[in-house]
Amino acid sequence: MRFERYGIGIAKGMALTLRHLFRRPITTQYPEERLVTSRRIRGNELVWDRDKCTGCATCAKSCPQGTIQIVTSVSAEENKYVVEKFEVDTGYCIFCGLCVEACPYEALFMGYAYERARYRRSELILAKEGLLASEERKPSGYARPKIEVTLPRQTLLVDRDKVRR
Amino acid sequence: MAMLTLSPDWPGGYWLHWGVFVVIILVFVMAMIMGFIYLERRGVGRFQVRLGPNRAGPFGVLQPVADAIKVLLKEDIIPAAGDKWVHWLAPVVAFVPVLMLFAVVPFQDGALLADLNIGILYVVAVSSISVVGIFMAGWGSNNKFSLLGAMRAVAQEVSYEIPLVLSIIGVVLISGSLSLNEMVKAQSIPFILLQPLGFLIYFVGALAEINRSPFDLLEADSEIVAGYHTEYSGMKFALFYLVEYAEALAISAIITTLFLGGWRGPVLPPFLWFLIKVVGVFFVIFWIRSTIPRIRVDQLMAFAWKCLLPLALINLLITGIEVLVLPAALPWTIIFVNLAIMVVLILLWSKFFQLGGGRVEV
Amino acid sequence: MVNIGPVHPSTHGVFRMRATLDGEVIVDLEPVFGYLHRGIEKLAEERTYTGVIPLTDRLDYLASMSNNLAYCLAVEKLARIPVPERAEYLRVIMAELQRIASHLIAVGAFLNDCGAFMTPILYMLREREKILDLFEMVSGQRLTYNYMRVGGVSHDIPDEFLPALKKFVDQMPGFIGEYDQLLAENEILLARAKGVGILPKELAINVSASGPVLRASGVKWDIRRADPYSIYDRFKFDIPTGSVGDCYDRYRVRIQEMRQSVRILKQAMDQLPSGEVRSEVPHLIRPPVGEAYGHIEAPKGELGFYLVSDNSIAPYRFHIRAPSLINLTALRDMIIGWKVADAIIIFGSIDICMGEVDR
Repeated sequence: MRFERYGIGIAKGMALTLRHLFRRPITTQYPEERLVTSRRIRGNELVWDRDKCTGCATCAKSCPQGTIQIVTSVSAEENKYVVEKFEVDTGYCIFCGLCVEACPYEALFMGYAYERARYRRSELILAKEGLLASEERKPSGYARPKIEVTLPRQTLLVDRDKVRR
Repeated sequence: MAMLTLSPDWPGGYWLHWGVFVVIILVFVMAMIMGFIYLERRGVGRFQVRLGPNRAGPFGVLQPVADAIKVLLKEDIIPAAGDKWVHWLAPVVAFVPVLMLFAVVPFQDGALLADLNIGILYVVAVSSISVVGIFMAGWGSNNKFSLLGAMRAVAQEVSYEIPLVLSIIGVVLISGSLSLNEMVKAQSIPFILLQPLGFLIYFVGALAEINRSPFDLLEADSEIVAGYHTEYSGMKFALFYLVEYAEALAISAIITTLFLGGWRGPVLPPFLWFLIKVVGVFFVIFWIRSTIPRIRVDQLMAFAWKCLLPLALINLLITGIEVLVLPAALPWTIIFVNLAIMVVLILLWSKFFQLGGGRVEV
Repeated sequence: MVNIGPVHPSTHGVFRMRATLDGEVIVDLEPVFGYLHRGIEKLAEERTYTGVIPLTDRLDYLASMSNNLAYCLAVEKLARIPVPERAEYLRVIMAELQRIASHLIAVGAFLNDCGAFMTPILYMLREREKILDLFEMVSGQRLTYNYMRVGGVSHDIPDEFLPALKKFVDQMPGFIGEYDQLLAENEILLARAKGVGILPKELAINVSASGPVLRASGVKWDIRRADPYSIYDRFKFDIPTGSVGDCYDRYRVRIQEMRQSVRILKQAMDQLPSGEVRSEVPHLIRPPVGEAYGHIEAPKGELGFYLVSDNSIAPYRFHIRAPSLINLTALRDMIIGWKVADAIIIFGSIDICMGEVDR
């Protein structure tokens, strides 16, 4: 005679929940504690290196959305165009990173920060000066191995759990 | 004037006793409800491997206060075509009987508002009045889904009353009196050991009475009919919310008194033992809530009528036989016999009783 | 006539069901969708073949890697582009990790609909977070990865990927055991889900259902075995099937599939060769005139992309065979005769994602 459905399933489930009561909670109390993001994070803005950029507009051609607008004028020095307008509408960008992969001179980077909310849509459009690297606007290591090794390691949640089988 | 008898060691007059205990009950209920809301949210959070609320005050202790303030500041919306008096009175009718229940719960030996010698009958009678409050809420809302939800609630509460009362009679038979204070005094061994089946039936029935998981289909998020308290906002909604926790507190208090030995305990003062046991029962209540899924409404009714009611009747029969035939038997014999009978009955019922199915051919 | 409206209290996105009720029983059901239509098939005709990959991410947004993989397979078939060995293994690893992540949410949402007050879904999200950490390490994002490219994958894995993956694969069977212990034998879940929403075998085959929905009805059909793509013929794994085709079987099939995915991951990790991860492909791909259909076993079913090319840099026609939409055609037959509370459970057990249904 096999017995089933007499309450043992409920008892097992409740024993498991009770065991969870004694585990460390996995909540990260943002904004006091933050986890370190990946070194290749396709963060929230683009970072531009004005010296390396030649104005070839490969990034603008490979963008699926057409977010990057570049206007250049021909100049004879150093094989570079003079970039008059380099504008990125970060409200329209989908952060796919195809532009960063496409740049042949490594002049464009994804951003490393992720908390870049603004109050007005017009502040999301970044022009030449607003795109340069600075303390708050660090470049991330996506498709840029030289920068990737300088960034801190990502916090991994697998390292925090010790479960007995 | 036979009603005005007091316990012998109480100083002052009758009105002083009454006044002090009313204050004690009100403060106890309100404070414990706030504490229970906080405990439940933190406790369920810890069961789910997360922290509960911890921003309002140190460790989130002021969270219920923040909830209360938010709810008080909300606009009070009254449906235009509903029955205004019924709509207004419904939360009151639902809340007051729960407060009245605490008049007979003993906090200490002799420390209760009124030591009625029909205590448990009073409890059963008064707790049925809040069902009327729920139905009034559904009726006064002028919303056919609220009415449907209210009728379902009434059906659920009324059908679970019967096994509840039958399992209480088992305890009454063993302790020999209807007064709650006498019942606690008669528990040299807690009645949960002498009446395991009765305890289980009472616990399940009580969960269904107070509309909590796993029987909380009325406050379920995944039902399209939104339940009897849809049209309520502001303080009236807060009263319905409080009713849920106050009923949970009342059920915990009554289970402690009937089955766990009330205020009895070795070292600490009896009031503290009472508190510890009440909080323990509530812990089990929200532990169940965080683990088990919900039952469907027709399965709920089938469970009450086909499963709990026969088990309650059999429990009553067995207890009656034991009290008559073996009154002076050693309590340990009775404990083992009762446990064995409970196990056999549950296994038998699980064989014959299949929940599930219910497809209707269209 | 009642609307189980677009704004669901539970998950699954914006989907509307117009149900005709008789008391509490549903006698007729008309699904209405299209609330999330974004015109992806038309948008793809204006982007290059590489630029369509971020668009495919957003189809089934809970299983992005699978979408990318199916699209890249279709383009590689069309343009006859070879893929290096290491890239194939990396693709399999990502696809199987994605399958586990998607099934975790599917099972969690189903149990949440049954009423378990979010405890199961929170436990499962804990494991999904670990998988998302691995994906973030590789591609930089947690939801729309844009990781696969035509001719391989976009970047190689960093050094800490394999040790972290090994830790995850060691821990995962223990966690799947915990999910079983939590709710697999729970009497109330059995009462609510066993025998409910049965999809008979013939009906499942006739409506072209696929994925766990089809396998739970008893048909042993998995594209990884029937028409192997990539290098799936090198791995040993079982195909779990159900017997009855009710909600409980679909739930069990998904849990078993997670176990099989862990098995495939272990084999793939051991056999991972070294090499390059992307073959030489021109910046703007211009496939010859023709058409191709690339399909994979996505977590939700058979995901297929039909591409027609006219020798230009953008696809001429891009059609998506979405598994959730095809599985939904059986919804009416599964729900009629049950009550409203069951309708929510049955709908949750099919596991759809509105991004796919509406495209």
